[in-house]
Amino acid sequence: MKDKLQAIKEEALAQISEAGMLERLNEVRVNFLGKKGKLTAVLKSMKEVAPEDRPAFGQLVNETRQQIESVLEETRKKLEQQALELQLKAEVIDVTLPAKKNLIGHRHPNTIAREEVERIFIGMGYEVMEGPEIEYDEYNFEKLNIPANHPAKDEQDTFYINKEIVLRTQTSPVQARVMEQGKLPIRMIAPGRVFRSDEVDATHSPSFHQIEGLVIDKNITFADLKGTLEQFAKELFGENTKTKFRPHHFPFTEPSAEVDVSCFKCGGKGCRFCKGSGWIEILGCGMVHPHVLEMCGIDPEQYTGFAFGVGLERIALLKYEIDDMRLLYENDIRFLRQF
Amino acid sequence: MNTTLSWVKAYVPDLDVSAQEFTDAMTLSGTKVEGYVKADRDLANIIIGQIEKIEQHPNADKLIVCQVNIGDKTVQIVTGAPNVKVGDKVPVVLDGGKVAGNHDGKMTEGGIEIKKGLLRGIESNGMMCSIEELGSSRDMYPEAPELGIYIFPEDAEIGADAVKALGLDEVTFEFEITSNRVDCFSVIGIAREAAATFRKEFHPPVVTATGNEEQASDYVKVTIRDEDLCPRYCARVVKNIHIAPSPKWMQRRLAAAGIRPINNIVDITNYVMEEYGQPMHAYDYDTLAGHEIIVRRAEAGEKFTTLDGQVRTMDENVVMICDGEKSVGIGGIMGGENSMITDDVKTMLFEAACFDGTNIRLSSKRIGLRTEASAKFEKGLDPNNAQEAIDRACQLVEELGAGEVVGGTVDVYSKKKTPVRIPFEPEKINALLGTQISEEEMLSYFKLVGLDYDADAREVIAPTFRQDLFRTADLAEEVARFYGYDNIPTTLPTGEATTGKLPFEMRVRAVAQDIAEYCGFSQGMMYSFESPKVFDKLLLPADSPLRSAIRISNPLGEDFSIMRTMSVNGMLTSLAFNYNHRNKNVRLYELGNIYLPKALPLTELPDERLQFTLGMYGEGDFFTMKGVIEEFLEKLGITGGKTYAPDSDKPYLHPGRQASVSYNGKLLGYLGEVHPLVADSYGIGEKAYLAVLDMPAVTQLATFDRKYAGIARYPAVTRDISMVVPKHILAGQIEAMIRQRGGKILEECRLFDLYEGAQIKQGHKSVAYSIVFRAKDRTLEETDITAAMKKIWNGLESLGIEIRS
Repeated sequence: MKDKLQAIKEEALAQISEAGMLERLNEVRVNFLGKKGKLTAVLKSMKEVAPEDRPAFGQLVNETRQQIESVLEETRKKLEQQALELQLKAEVIDVTLPAKKNLIGHRHPNTIAREEVERIFIGMGYEVMEGPEIEYDEYNFEKLNIPANHPAKDEQDTFYINKEIVLRTQTSPVQARVMEQGKLPIRMIAPGRVFRSDEVDATHSPSFHQIEGLVIDKNITFADLKGTLEQFAKELFGENTKTKFRPHHFPFTEPSAEVDVSCFKCGGKGCRFCKGSGWIEILGCGMVHPHVLEMCGIDPEQYTGFAFGVGLERIALLKYEIDDMRLLYENDIRFLRQF
Repeated sequence: MNTTLSWVKAYVPDLDVSAQEFTDAMTLSGTKVEGYVKADRDLANIIIGQIEKIEQHPNADKLIVCQVNIGDKTVQIVTGAPNVKVGDKVPVVLDGGKVAGNHDGKMTEGGIEIKKGLLRGIESNGMMCSIEELGSSRDMYPEAPELGIYIFPEDAEIGADAVKALGLDEVTFEFEITSNRVDCFSVIGIAREAAATFRKEFHPPVVTATGNEEQASDYVKVTIRDEDLCPRYCARVVKNIHIAPSPKWMQRRLAAAGIRPINNIVDITNYVMEEYGQPMHAYDYDTLAGHEIIVRRAEAGEKFTTLDGQVRTMDENVVMICDGEKSVGIGGIMGGENSMITDDVKTMLFEAACFDGTNIRLSSKRIGLRTEASAKFEKGLDPNNAQEAIDRACQLVEELGAGEVVGGTVDVYSKKKTPVRIPFEPEKINALLGTQISEEEMLSYFKLVGLDYDADAREVIAPTFRQDLFRTADLAEEVARFYGYDNIPTTLPTGEATTGKLPFEMRVRAVAQDIAEYCGFSQGMMYSFESPKVFDKLLLPADSPLRSAIRISNPLGEDFSIMRTMSVNGMLTSLAFNYNHRNKNVRLYELGNIYLPKALPLTELPDERLQFTLGMYGEGDFFTMKGVIEEFLEKLGITGGKTYAPDSDKPYLHPGRQASVSYNGKLLGYLGEVHPLVADSYGIGEKAYLAVLDMPAVTQLATFDRKYAGIARYPAVTRDISMVVPKHILAGQIEAMIRQRGGKILEECRLFDLYEGAQIKQGHKSVAYSIVFRAKDRTLEETDITAAMKKIWNGLESLGIEIRS
């Protein structure tokens, strides 16, 4: 009997090693371990064994069974692994075939620049505000220290609706509107569209965008203005950006300055973007003129503040190396998709 | 304002800086230098040579062979110039040198290199130069011959630098002077700033007493009728005038500033105008009737011939300079032909006046005549400058021997402008700047730019030429400029903390952008103004209120003349642009204002309404567009209660393919397919779709508040229902009925089939919905479903719908 079991085992192991595929392996299992299998038949012949030998016999059969099963299992795993490898091999794809892209829209470069500036100033505690695009002459000019017949009114090439109402030439009137509300302190930026009567060409547009900034509080200094704009420039153009403040004149600030940043293309060495100077002018700013504060009902003896204005197009055009302003309004999808 | 370095140095003799150093330092102290040009940038190796011998070229009739002494040796030069003779001293560019252009005046960027070589077989070691080849012109060097080589005066030094001798070793700076610094529109003003910037001594011209024993007041009487428009009029008289060219030094200075030398008298007026920033005018005294000057307003419609021969029409706001009978000049703008100086002039009247800047600016604009003089006057000059300027001019007349100056000045100046006194508050200046600059240091800066200090009153006295100084903030700027903006520390504002935030409507806008972009729409930017023709193009009826647009009174042109009352023209124009450029599948969106006047003509600000406009052509249809609106509104919490009704009635949309969008009866916008005629007139050759949402209306309904509703724990039951529906019944009506009748347990109803065609009876369509029921608190029983379905069936049948299953 023992020999018989040994023979069955050897036969089974031989068949297993020859099986080669999972289907055949399964047949082997059925042939030996199935209900009508050879090993099962041996077990069924237990009754022919002397009762005292039965435990030992039983154990022997089980051991044989276990041995066959374990080899079967091992082989099954191996064959499955082989089959999987074969399948995966057959499923190879050409990963260089074109991607199936979702058609996602793109934001206008101007908006991207605006959001960038907004993000920086919101982080510094500024509230974003807006004012009307069609504005009273009074807010656009007079409350900003530009009285009637001031040459600056001509310089700004204003579009007039009538004597009292203009298309705002700057976002600065929002300053006056916010100050008049009388809620102090103020830290705000006001992005928006402005208009000047320039013919459309590569560097001019009759409508463009600015971001105005205004801070009014006790003890605000020119040094605070410098520090704020320096931080802004570093965040917008990179940690290594340097700033240069040059004296300038704006009717509604005193002292006033224009701010250059070290050219972010060449790092200040001089290139075609900065016209060889290493510096790029990006904004105008200054301490809010005491008369402007007075006109808006704020006591200049108690409060001081600073204001600045950034040209958005200037930043967008520089940052993205756009060489023609007309592209911004043509809305050619081939242009917009690049942002 | 353009000025040469040498002219500035004339008043700041110790100034020793390069052009770049000057540019950088002046810009940082507030006198911005836009750029500079070196007149000799393209000139090299040019010296003065004397022609010692001239021979005919053996092989060419038009060429001559010259032996030219250049100091240390004699070189042979072949030339075709017609004007040279033995003994002439000429500019010679030697082998390896450079000239700036051709003899015909054409300049070559970077210059033209001159090499020795053979000219028709004869060796030539350089070139003799015309003034044009040296980069200038006869306008600036009137003594230069019309054709040929420039000839130096006899006393020129052989072998010396010809460029220097001609004054071409000069740097001209272009300044950007801000409107508050009127004093810097003069060489003296710039020199004062330069001296302060470089901490050098400032030496303005010393104006000496001039004139003979006679008195100008015996020659002329001056009356000002309108002192607001002409606060000061200074007149002096010069007799026995001898018109001649002005000296070279004066010609060179004018030329370098871009002013053409004419003759001594004209050059003196121009010179003093540059130097002092005070325009002057010279009248032929003998043409002045009654030998008097009256300054008055012009008569309306008055015709006047200016010295350029043009007849111009005046109005009553123009200031005229008149004699006893007639007008002889437009005050501050241009003199008259009838009184102008000619070569035969014997006696002249010099005028240095001051006019109201605004009036000059507006007059010059109305007349259409802007001159050097008006450009200066319109900035608002300091009347106290006039006397010194006219005295300086008379001093030059005497120095140049141009005439005999009559003593005294007729000066009409009743309201004298006095210096402004500003309290000196150093602690306030430091508080404003964030600095700790000492009082003494501040005072030293004031001194640099000519501000006086009254120590007893503790007041800073701003001279009248400084029209920008009134209060402490202005003084702070003076301190900051000379302390150096760069030296001011950098700090961040302290004080009460504030919260950075975006207002609610801007957050809603950001959602619009996000959704549009997820759905494939790219952001465009459109103009705010457009042509009034767009209303016709969009088929708007004649009485449409949208035609009441705000007009710009001075537009760039008819096409940009009205403020848009609707956003679709911009969108259609952009779609058309893309279509014309063969871009496929274009989807654009815009967030921009329309401007709705409350009344016309405008008396108060219009209603500016932000419009969210979407446009597309290519893949997708009406329902694609509707999907974007749905996604957008849902993201803003505007769910349920929305109605899409075919009643939007936009003439520029397909009459059967447009819908208004409203929420609980409140109109939010509309969408639809572009009317084929409109698409055609814009040149869009395929079906295009538009949607417009009124952002203020949307924002009112929007909310970012959400409440978690739980995820359903009990199973759903789905029933399909298929029906034959009369065509006029809209899906919206069917859905409304299903929702109404389905009751609380109705979770969703979804259209899954829609068919119109041969198999369906005339005037009907086949529609099928999947209806999902679910209860929150239990598993639904069959009886619940049957009851609900029964109600739905009945409801639909009441609409005239035939249920098929």
